[in-house]
Amino acid sequence: MNRPRHFNLLARLLHWAMALAIFSMLFIGAAMVVSLRYRDALLALHRPLGIAILLLAIVRLINRLARPVPPLPVDLPPIQKFAAHASHWLLYGLMLAMPLIGWAMLSAGGYPITMFGGVHLPAILPHSPVIYGWLRPLHGVLAYLLFLTILGHLGAALFHAWVRRDEVFAQMAEGEPK
Amino acid sequence: MLLLLPIALILALVGALFAWVGGWIGTHDLTPQKMMDLAQSSGKQQPGFRRAHSKGICFDGTFAPTPEAAKLSTARAFSQSSIAVIGRFSASSNNPYAPDGASPVRGMAVQLKTDDGQDWRIAMNSFPFFAASTPQAFQQMNEAGTPDPATGKPDPGKMQALLAAHPEIAAFQAWAKNAPRSDSLGNTQFNGVNAFRLTDGQGVDRMVRWSMRPRTTFVAMSAEQLKAADVNFLATDLDRRLAGGPLVWDMVLQIAAPGDPITDPSKAWPETRQQVAIGTLTLVHAEPQANGPCRDLNFDPLILPTGIAASDDPVLHARSAAYSVSFNRREREISVQNGSAR
Repeated sequence: MNRPRHFNLLARLLHWAMALAIFSMLFIGAAMVVSLRYRDALLALHRPLGIAILLLAIVRLINRLARPVPPLPVDLPPIQKFAAHASHWLLYGLMLAMPLIGWAMLSAGGYPITMFGGVHLPAILPHSPVIYGWLRPLHGVLAYLLFLTILGHLGAALFHAWVRRDEVFAQMAEGEPK
Repeated sequence: MLLLLPIALILALVGALFAWVGGWIGTHDLTPQKMMDLAQSSGKQQPGFRRAHSKGICFDGTFAPTPEAAKLSTARAFSQSSIAVIGRFSASSNNPYAPDGASPVRGMAVQLKTDDGQDWRIAMNSFPFFAASTPQAFQQMNEAGTPDPATGKPDPGKMQALLAAHPEIAAFQAWAKNAPRSDSLGNTQFNGVNAFRLTDGQGVDRMVRWSMRPRTTFVAMSAEQLKAADVNFLATDLDRRLAGGPLVWDMVLQIAAPGDPITDPSKAWPETRQQVAIGTLTLVHAEPQANGPCRDLNFDPLILPTGIAASDDPVLHARSAAYSVSFNRREREISVQNGSAR
């Protein structure tokens, strides 16, 4: 399979749109749980945005598996190669898991899963305090893990762009070179 | 390699911003966590129970809106002919075994699930107005009421200073001390002291507050009778009355006039405001909360159907935030106790 030098347009669009969405989502989540005044307004954004991220993540995973991806630089040390692969699969895992856990958690908590207006999603788990009592803290812990992974991802991207000055950043930032 | 520095700086900044938003660093205003920390550190908090209004009884029944209701809101609850209801009566302290006679405040919470899949949760209390105009003042009131570690008693100076700044708290204390208490939950009126916005089919908005008015006649108990009454006399009374037939409340809306205090739940609106009966709540069955359907519901007053929206009342928003923290903590405790509250 011929490997492209850059990510395809769909991958790049999804990457940057989801970067914005997930970043907003993490800040909305962190703010709403400590807010005495804006919890309901932030929660009303948090739920549909989470489901949007879930749908985009599915499209993104299919695109990622179906299309060849550009290679990492040949001179990249093995430890960095491993970190690159591991962190990317962790990011995929978390961006799929977080919305699903959120949805499952609301189901187990007996909450309505309101999207917008009168549109609701069905519960995906039975109403259960035992399940809720595990999923709710898990949602919080994984959110912090996701934030830290994104921070590492951002640091690595800037390291490639500014320190190593290799192709890696441009592979996601720009189209296929002519 | 010098460029590692700006990278580290960017990451540190983003990390610090996130930590600040999440309340890990910096000085934060009052948070729902701080409110619940105070609530559970005083009194006789038990794991698996609500941080306030811990003692409760589950009930179920139906809600039937009046024809007038549909003119005021597009919410399905205002037009569906009969709606199944799950609810909860409560006493105000965080001691789930407190004697019923000792509680100055009684609560009623209701969940209405309509056939369009929407959910409306209502939290009401027997007081006619809230204790404080803001969540901050409410927290200060609770702080002033906790014993000083040095003396073992609340510091009277603290409370005096607070009452000077928040005279509404004195009005509430007078109500709690003097208002007659009835001999039954079935003849207790419950008031949702926070304002909500109803939107009708023409898009017209109205600010309202609601109450559940009992059809059963109020019978007062004296202070001596309350003191002498059985610890669970309200539950016993409820079972006895329900054995003889259902208990009914009329749900009545008060519609605000221009200038009424929409955002201050410590100020009752004048009795002369337009009132509309929007439905009847018929209660047919009650059971202990230990295994009842109300135990694991968060009666968050901001779970609202379309056609009903929150006002800007800060206490209403704080209740929603605080109930969520209380719910997360008690469900976690129930979870590690394999499903039971104790």
